[in-house]
Amino acid sequence: MANSNTAPGVAMAAGGAGAFDRRDLDWYVDKAVQAIVFLCGISAIVFVLGIFIFVFKEGIGFIVEHMNFREFFLTPYWFPSDADDPEYGILALMAGTASVTGLAMLVAVPFSLGAAIYIAEFASGKTRETLKVLVELLAAIPSVVWGFIGLVIMNPLIIKWFDVPVGLCVLNAGIILGLMAAPIMTSIAEDALKAVPDRYREAAEAMGATRWQVTYKVVLPAAKNGLLGGVLLGVGRGFGETMAVLMATGHAVNIPDSVFDSVRALTATIAAELGETVVGGEHYQALFTIGILLFLVTFTVNLTADLIVRGIRKG
Amino acid sequence: MTTANAAMFHASSLNHRNARVQTLYRILFGMMTLMLIAPVMLILGTLIYKGGAVISWEFLFTAPTDGMRTGGVLPALLGTVWLVMVALLLSVPIGVFAAIYLSEYAGDNWFTRIINLAIINLAGVPSIVHALFGLGAFVIFFEFGTSILAASLTLAVMTMPVVIVATRESLQSVPQAFREACWNMGATRWQTIRKVVLPNSITGILTGVILEVSRTSGETAPIMFTGAVFFTPFLPQSVFDQTMALSLHLFVAATQVPGIAEEVPFGIALVLIALVLLMNSASIAFRMWLRGKKKW
Repeated sequence: MANSNTAPGVAMAAGGAGAFDRRDLDWYVDKAVQAIVFLCGISAIVFVLGIFIFVFKEGIGFIVEHMNFREFFLTPYWFPSDADDPEYGILALMAGTASVTGLAMLVAVPFSLGAAIYIAEFASGKTRETLKVLVELLAAIPSVVWGFIGLVIMNPLIIKWFDVPVGLCVLNAGIILGLMAAPIMTSIAEDALKAVPDRYREAAEAMGATRWQVTYKVVLPAAKNGLLGGVLLGVGRGFGETMAVLMATGHAVNIPDSVFDSVRALTATIAAELGETVVGGEHYQALFTIGILLFLVTFTVNLTADLIVRGIRKG
Repeated sequence: MTTANAAMFHASSLNHRNARVQTLYRILFGMMTLMLIAPVMLILGTLIYKGGAVISWEFLFTAPTDGMRTGGVLPALLGTVWLVMVALLLSVPIGVFAAIYLSEYAGDNWFTRIINLAIINLAGVPSIVHALFGLGAFVIFFEFGTSILAASLTLAVMTMPVVIVATRESLQSVPQAFREACWNMGATRWQTIRKVVLPNSITGILTGVILEVSRTSGETAPIMFTGAVFFTPFLPQSVFDQTMALSLHLFVAATQVPGIAEEVPFGIALVLIALVLLMNSASIAFRMWLRGKKKW
């Protein structure tokens, strides 16, 4: 950035002598590195565009040739492998994803906000550090392990406690997904609470407010947007979760009537069926079309979360 | 303290009520935290109890036998190591440079904001969509076939935000004065980064890399259609081979193998979770040690 556009004469004047002309090897290395660094810097944009383009490219054939929007979004009949008359209705799959994600959020949101408040505002010293480490470790458990837990631990428990024939259902997947999303939401919410400047707390405490009053009247309103953003990111995670819902929902195409019904999620459908499709075939393209839908929804959720969180930083 | 003062500071009934409410909420939120953590601890305990029964050197270092109903996890374990290593080779350099751009070069403007948004999205796009991308781009378009290379590229794209975020934080924690001192000596921007900024943040970057190892080794969906297979009797010889992987092996053993001994999937789950959590703990321990050591 130093002298790239300066005329030689000016460089002489500034440097005093030719010996100080900076256009030596180091100068060129600096420029070369700057270019490489910039390319890597925009790689994230390139990859996101790449994801969109490649998923779109594989799925576009279905949208153009076979897709009937009414049938696709509004019918619950998903029979892609029917040889004569395959049907591609994702209503039941959307209902499955929505019911599981919704239940997961009912479990996860209050508990993770509570936990975040406890860790950020009430706990101190060693307790806080330990809890933070635990939450971080819980967030690291792979989704396939959660699915396995749903399959072999939750399944028999639900059958035993609620006396139902099958334990792989909305309830099972919802709890699993809730436990899975909670640590992530706790971390984000705790960050949002920590981002509230201490002088707010000190001012309130100086007025004689108790810790709870400070939290409820000062910290929570100030961290509102960050918390909302965290919840949204959690929703995005739950919505896009694949292996856990594949293993814990029962994987039956069904619009659920109760939490004990088996369902099937959008993500799980792709995971379960993609392996048996013909590359470029109608079924294959239909699965990519679901992929486009998933991409667009998570993109919107992430964008909204970002706008909400950034909103407070500006204000 | 005089009597008058003592009276002044005497707790009123309002103070008492406030204190009670305060204690109530402290207990409530403490319980919520506990209810978040305790069930998972119980579950992990069950996994360790049931999986521990089959874990042995033999389990770790032999191949599955009898149609995967018995035997060990060696090919899956090695496959995971391959996938993670190749993914790291691709994502760490790009991720670190991307973080250098964001921390050292980028201004606070709309363009940087778009990059940040892209990073958030890269981390937030469902893993199965990453799988579709990997299949469409690396397996089909670039013609790598279902191979370790295609699977690792998919994993690399997916987990790169971990490296970027950790590295950026680590770079930004180097005080600005260090850079200014170096610039004043006539060093170029890159010389400053290489000689001053990176040496002061390398351990933080390593923390991010270990964290990425942890994340990458647990992923299942992105490798399902890009390079990992249910079963192969061969150990991978090159990046163009297909391979088994621990995470997919757990899925297969839990759902696709009829008549498998009940404790075998528990054993696989335990190996996987031990790998992931050990790496993650290492990263956390490393970070704490670093924080204690910091001189500025």
